[in-house]
Amino acid sequence: MTSTPVIELRGVRTDYGPVCIHDGLDLTVRRGETLALVGGSGSGKTTLLREMNLLMRPSAGNVAVFGVDVLSAAEDALTPLRRRIGVMFQHGALFSALTVKQNVAVPLQEHTDLPARLIDELALLKIALAGLAPGAASLYPRELSGGMSKRAAVARALALDPEILFLDEPTAGLDPVSAEAFDALIVQLKRSLDLTVVLVTHDLDTLWRVTDRVAFLAGKRVAACAPIAELPRHPHPEIQAYFTGPRGRAATTAGWTHT
Amino acid sequence: MPRKTILETDPGADVTARAGTVYLRGAWTTQHLGGLIDKIGTDKIGALIADEPRNGDPRHVEAGGLTALDTAGAWILYGLLRGLEARGSEARIDGLEDGHRALLDLIRDRAPEPAVPPSPSDPGALGHLGRMTMVHLDEAHAMTGFIGEVAIALFKHLKRPARLRTRALERAGVGAIPIVALLSFLLGIVIAYQGGLQLQNYGANIFIAELVSLTMLREFGPMMTAIIVAGRTGSAYTAEIGTMKVTEEIDALTSIGIPPLDLLVLPKLFGLLIALPLLTLVADVAGVIGGMAMAAAMLDVGFQDFADRLPQPLVYRSFLIGIAKAPVFAMIVAIVGCFQGFRVSGSADSVGRKTTVSVVQSIFLVIIADAGFSILFSFIGI
Repeated sequence: MTSTPVIELRGVRTDYGPVCIHDGLDLTVRRGETLALVGGSGSGKTTLLREMNLLMRPSAGNVAVFGVDVLSAAEDALTPLRRRIGVMFQHGALFSALTVKQNVAVPLQEHTDLPARLIDELALLKIALAGLAPGAASLYPRELSGGMSKRAAVARALALDPEILFLDEPTAGLDPVSAEAFDALIVQLKRSLDLTVVLVTHDLDTLWRVTDRVAFLAGKRVAACAPIAELPRHPHPEIQAYFTGPRGRAATTAGWTHT
Repeated sequence: MPRKTILETDPGADVTARAGTVYLRGAWTTQHLGGLIDKIGTDKIGALIADEPRNGDPRHVEAGGLTALDTAGAWILYGLLRGLEARGSEARIDGLEDGHRALLDLIRDRAPEPAVPPSPSDPGALGHLGRMTMVHLDEAHAMTGFIGEVAIALFKHLKRPARLRTRALERAGVGAIPIVALLSFLLGIVIAYQGGLQLQNYGANIFIAELVSLTMLREFGPMMTAIIVAGRTGSAYTAEIGTMKVTEEIDALTSIGIPPLDLLVLPKLFGLLIALPLLTLVADVAGVIGGMAMAAAMLDVGFQDFADRLPQPLVYRSFLIGIAKAPVFAMIVAIVGCFQGFRVSGSADSVGRKTTVSVVQSIFLVIIADAGFSILFSFIGI
């Protein structure tokens, strides 16, 4: 496993008006790993995700994505970076006026000169890779179930073969069976497409199944960043509370028997 | 591990066939496929092989020159291999990195069937006409039902009058005064100018007062106001109710036990029923003042002369007829606006479509109703 950093955050500070969310936060995402961001509500997980996927700039500090300093870069310079990044939003954020296939085709039409027919084929291929039946391609987002929406959103995020895939709460709102299937999809896509995956999740089972490392946000910074198996033994009180509550313990036991 | 970082300067994807072997070269990635597609076309990957008939069909593919491969490239490669297989070659591939081979296997495994999308058959002009007729009949049916529901809600409400909600009245009425006044003033000027050109020829300048006041009070005042309110307020009603429908707020109201019609439709209907006649009054005054200004500037008819001719029974009757139309227009705008809001289904994009429909439909119905009034009034002789 190589360990080149693809994203590096150094001393990041984020303010929402008078409220400080992150202060002196450091985090490194290595190429090829699956990193989860966890923490209590309001600990700034989604904000951090938005700073890493170039939707937001922090107030101060250093954010380097693929070695490019995001804070000082002009907006134009970020576009080529965005092409190498795929984002699945929490509620899919599929364009409601377009079918699933058209949704997946949007990035391809915008950023490549490929002929329409090939774009069509590639869109169908991504839909198949995301584990959707071919029939779903011609449906509109409102006709999809929760799990299908998430898969369609993944298909769109994969349209340009990104190097990093960001997932915001991939299994939230899914039934246990769908959530488990989605975890399997993440693992499989990551392995076969050689992706770096960064996800925000509250799902303890997902943490055990798909992640290489888990970054725990507490006290405006990353309190710990380690493989999931090591976190329950971490002394930080918030981490203890997170992993040793009844839910945390159940997932931990399950995790031990899995691995 | 396959190399994922692809530089813009990497050589583009290329393929050549020589002496029974297909050679792959360059980066087979989304950004670098352009030249390759130009060379082989999207589907006729076999055309390349046919270029060299002397060598016979290639026996295998040599991938040693491949620098990068992503799913798009793998998809083309998969098409090439299928093309070779279809020609009876075994389609062996050599020199492929492990990571690339895994990707190709994944594509082979997951490749969607070359789908023939079931295209909806063209119904022809007659079929289209029939379909549109059914759509409009359905809409008319639903709107009739909606009017009935509003009537029932209204009746229940009158039996047990609740607190009056004045917010709708403020928004629909007070906010619209400036634009209604300005546009009516301009309309008065236009009528006086166009009419004045003709009256001047006959030396009948003074009749400009009747011309402006009758047309403004009887026709243009109420209609202009209704059209402005349809565009300004009716559309807002549709968007508001439509958005609430999308976000399931309507369902929430129902489950809390508040009938959505009571909360969302009746206040709007009452508001417009009061606001539109008042706005029509504003339009009447502004339009007549516009006519006065133009008459003074162009026809030498002073304000006093103009005003002296207004208090006559004919002008008074026109004013009453105009004001009497306003509540009808108000009902049309409010009911169409709310009705289209409830017709919103599913997504944000539907809100936009229904808002457009709402404005077009209420203006259309206002003009139809105005024509109906003209026929009615000439029939009963006023």
